Amino acid sequence: MAGFDKRVASYEEAMEGIKDGMTIIAGGFGLCGIPENLIAEIKRRGAKDLTVVSNNCGVDGFGLGVLLEDRQISKIIASYVGENALFEQQMLNEEIDVVLTPQGTLAEKMRAGGAGIPAFYTATGYGTPIGEGKEVREFNGRHYILEEAITGDFAIVKGWKADRYGNVMYRHTAQNFNPMAATAGKITVVEVEEIVEPGELEPSQIHTPGIYVDRIIQGSFEKRIEKRTVRS
Amino acid sequence: MALTREQMAQRVARELEDGFYVNLGIGIPTLVANYVPDGIDVMLQSENGLLGMGRFPTEEEVDPDMINAGKQTVTARPGAAIFSSAESFAMIRGGHVDLTVLGAFEVDQEGNIASWMVPGKLIKGMGGAMDLVAGAENIICTMTHASKHGESKLLEKCTLPLTGAGCINRVLTDLAYLEIKDGAFILKERAPGVSVEEIIEKTAGKLVVPDHVPEMTFDV
Repeated sequence: MAGFDKRVASYEEAMEGIKDGMTIIAGGFGLCGIPENLIAEIKRRGAKDLTVVSNNCGVDGFGLGVLLEDRQISKIIASYVGENALFEQQMLNEEIDVVLTPQGTLAEKMRAGGAGIPAFYTATGYGTPIGEGKEVREFNGRHYILEEAITGDFAIVKGWKADRYGNVMYRHTAQNFNPMAATAGKITVVEVEEIVEPGELEPSQIHTPGIYVDRIIQGSFEKRIEKRTVRS
Repeated sequence: MALTREQMAQRVARELEDGFYVNLGIGIPTLVANYVPDGIDVMLQSENGLLGMGRFPTEEEVDPDMINAGKQTVTARPGAAIFSSAESFAMIRGGHVDLTVLGAFEVDQEGNIASWMVPGKLIKGMGGAMDLVAGAENIICTMTHASKHGESKLLEKCTLPLTGAGCINRVLTDLAYLEIKDGAFILKERAPGVSVEEIIEKTAGKLVVPDHVPEMTFDV
């Protein structure tokens, strides 16, 4: 049984093995469903020259934005990087290499990476700067570009509930990129709000089956809101 | 008079059909949700993984795990579904969304759209726009007809880097509603009080003007 027990005792243990130059795939959309404590641990450890794959790069002082403070990120693959002054500054100073990638292509790159598919054709980006230099093929009269899959040395994921076997459920739109990220890491680390007993999660409701998950830890989360919008 | 943002949203809303799955971009497209005609049910898709976006929450309902693609807090309507980003873009790329409404910097007579990048200015990214325009059969672009300096944004050929090639078939500007077909803009309607001459003057691309161009009408 212990062989399937993915729990680790501390955040230090959760990110054990992260080194300079590694590629980190992170779940989250904006500040929603981001592995905030795992990011904080990467900051604490100070690993540098990281390639980060994530839809966004957090905001100043929160989320992946904290990794910019000590210049830990040298390259980011993302679809949208706005709302972050430090990021803009490092981008303008060419201290950080930014590979802008259409959001659906980014999700599919992670999914393909985790599913053992090295590349795929998509119409997204054909005829635009994103398609330049990429192989083009025509299927049924439409043009598609070849996009390559992404895998990471680490995947860092935020879940809602999990059991010790690493079966994970996500909550509401905090799901976003997390399930694909979870499949695409050589080491996948998931932090959750609650670890429950095996059998408590309905098997058919599990979003990420434990086979993808290497380490699991229960944490507490700030869950900062980027744009609080209410109706009167 | 040029249309207000609200009038533009109202006009776009008339293109909604009962049973449509619709993706609304940021800005004026988002306002379209406020003008869904009575008796029509549409399901709003938000590309971060929500089909069936509801109203904004009350203070008590605010939930950090419940946001839309503009990162605003939202609710899910009854009958909503929530899923991953890969699933969301399967819907979009696979052509399952009935109507996409999004903004643009420029559109040209071949249906090309530029909406994400101005060289020399800070580039923040395309988000889901390239997937949306590549996947949808049915797209309405909302934009101003000309810049503040009077330069047309409806061009013979886009000057800015493209978001998608040959994918736009309808445009609503603050001055006119147009279709794009066979390498030309076809003027379908004009804003109240806006002359055909003004639209001709402010359209740099090839423009087909029918004998009669009806004026849009608004209730308020």
